[in-house]
Amino acid sequence: MLLSPAEWEAFRLSLAIALRSVAMSLPLAVAIAWLLARRRFPGRTLFDAFVHLPLVLPPVAVGYVLLLLFGIHGPLGAWLDRSFGVRLAFTTDGAALATAVMSFPLMVRAMRLSLESVDPGLEEAARTLGAGPLDRFATVTLPLMMPGVLAGLVTAFAAGLGEFGAVITFASNIPGETRTLPLALYTALQTPNGDAEAARLAAVSFALGLAGLAISELLARRLWRRMAEPA
Amino acid sequence: MIEVVLKKRRGAFTLDVAFRTADPEMSSPGVIALFGPSGCGKTTTVHAISGLLRPDAGIVRIGDATLFDSMRGIDVPAERRRIGYVFQDARLFPHLDVLKNLRYGANRAREEGPRIDFDEIVDLLGLGPLLARRPRRLSGGERQRVALGRALLCRPRLLLLDEPLASLDVARRAELLPYLERLRDRLSVPMIYVSHQFEEVLRLATHVVLLEAGRVVAEGDVTAVSIAPELRAAIGSDALGAVVEGEIEAVDSAAGLARLKVGTGRLMIQADELSAGRRVRVQLLARDLILGVEPPRGLSVRNCLEGTIVRLAPDAARTHLVEIDIGGPRLIAQVTTSASAELDLRVGRRLWVLVKTVSLRGHVYPALGAHPAPRNAESREATARTTEM
Repeated sequence: MLLSPAEWEAFRLSLAIALRSVAMSLPLAVAIAWLLARRRFPGRTLFDAFVHLPLVLPPVAVGYVLLLLFGIHGPLGAWLDRSFGVRLAFTTDGAALATAVMSFPLMVRAMRLSLESVDPGLEEAARTLGAGPLDRFATVTLPLMMPGVLAGLVTAFAAGLGEFGAVITFASNIPGETRTLPLALYTALQTPNGDAEAARLAAVSFALGLAGLAISELLARRLWRRMAEPA
Repeated sequence: MIEVVLKKRRGAFTLDVAFRTADPEMSSPGVIALFGPSGCGKTTTVHAISGLLRPDAGIVRIGDATLFDSMRGIDVPAERRRIGYVFQDARLFPHLDVLKNLRYGANRAREEGPRIDFDEIVDLLGLGPLLARRPRRLSGGERQRVALGRALLCRPRLLLLDEPLASLDVARRAELLPYLERLRDRLSVPMIYVSHQFEEVLRLATHVVLLEAGRVVAEGDVTAVSIAPELRAAIGSDALGAVVEGEIEAVDSAAGLARLKVGTGRLMIQADELSAGRRVRVQLLARDLILGVEPPRGLSVRNCLEGTIVRLAPDAARTHLVEIDIGGPRLIAQVTTSASAELDLRVGRRLWVLVKTVSLRGHVYPALGAHPAPRNAESREATARTTEM
């Protein structure tokens, strides 16, 4: 496809940011999905609601809260800057963080659903066979919830490609830094005679989304088949 | 030795059980049957023994290993108890084939514990043709056999079987029972077998713990529990019958009969596959027994055992239960109240017990030690016993 260098840049950035956001939330999402599906603790309902908050909040509000916390003068942002020299606001890392926070509930939801369908009796069986907590999670629970893990990954990745509000609020719209596909598309629409560019960017987004869905469907089907059929 | 003391409150249900067994003088370490109606606490008991459920108080001791002792603050986690557990619903790992299911426990087994050979288990349970299959493609009986093998291959010090036949139809049950008998007789692994079918208990158990509403109401070997009044409450008078054990003295293959010594008397049983010297267990149903106050003559009945009434108790529906000592073993007979009055039955009275050989058909079971001695006998006692046989 004929894209300008700037458009390629936005395409590449979108992929990189979505990938990074998915990678950073994966372990935490698995842990929280497990906590919510398997553990009973005080404040569980509240915690559950908190995890799902980004789904119902305006993305701009999430970006704003991130800015308050992780901005150069925010409590966490100032500490990160002082201790590690890491700045998140208005950087690619920040865009990945905002994307991760927004897509986190989608990931947890998919994983938790599939974890809830794993029979705890199988974990008990593994226990009586001598498997400790980590061992049984790795050899029984995780393989059985794999369809959900993959579905969560792909959904979060696809959603991350299109994250707009939180990214533009927290990380701004900096070409080559935080200008992802949707931000570039928005910028093109704001520019006189940017219609052709906007159309191209929209087409790319469309293709990416379709590819994501197709891949997730394929993976899930393969996994189910592997579990149902003899080796 | 197995010692179990458990207390656990769960809502309105309170479990309060205690039982212990000494090592029986047999070639196999034996099978303890936990028997009782649904909801009496059998599964809760084995769950607590396995460590999957934490009792409020109690002791779990197997051999010289204390796995739980609330007074001393000992609570070995389930994964380190080395107690095999065969669940009612098999619980095979659906993402692993049969071989990997079997290896799951084997790979995590410690060096200690009974030596269990992989090939021997596969052979004993007939698992060879199933190894490459996924659990989803197994029948119910096959699944239970794999679950049994998997539990045994982790070299357990004790095997818990929670109604392993309950989810199977009658044909599958009949198919699986011989496997269980073989395991009992060939491996040096003690078992606790949960059941609410008395026939399974008759076939497998050496020791019976009768549970009712979370409490132990009777305990002992099968012959003793078979005549316990508490058992009548659990299985009803129709299924009630004393169990006697004895060695076959002689076999008349032409007549298809075998002679069994029971107490001071002899019992003829129909026997196609029995040979002299084998020990068998026979249940004489209370309602099948005929009582006579003088030696009978001119009857077709093959079996006549002389004894003395030791107990007489009213049963439901105008009948009496009569307990008779026949020179050691005891029988229990059900007679109508009117017959009881007419014959003037009372404790201490001598009488003759008649039972048709034909009515014993289907109630003869191999007793413990009827199978060859364990191949892998590890303990010195077991080796000594083997040489005796």
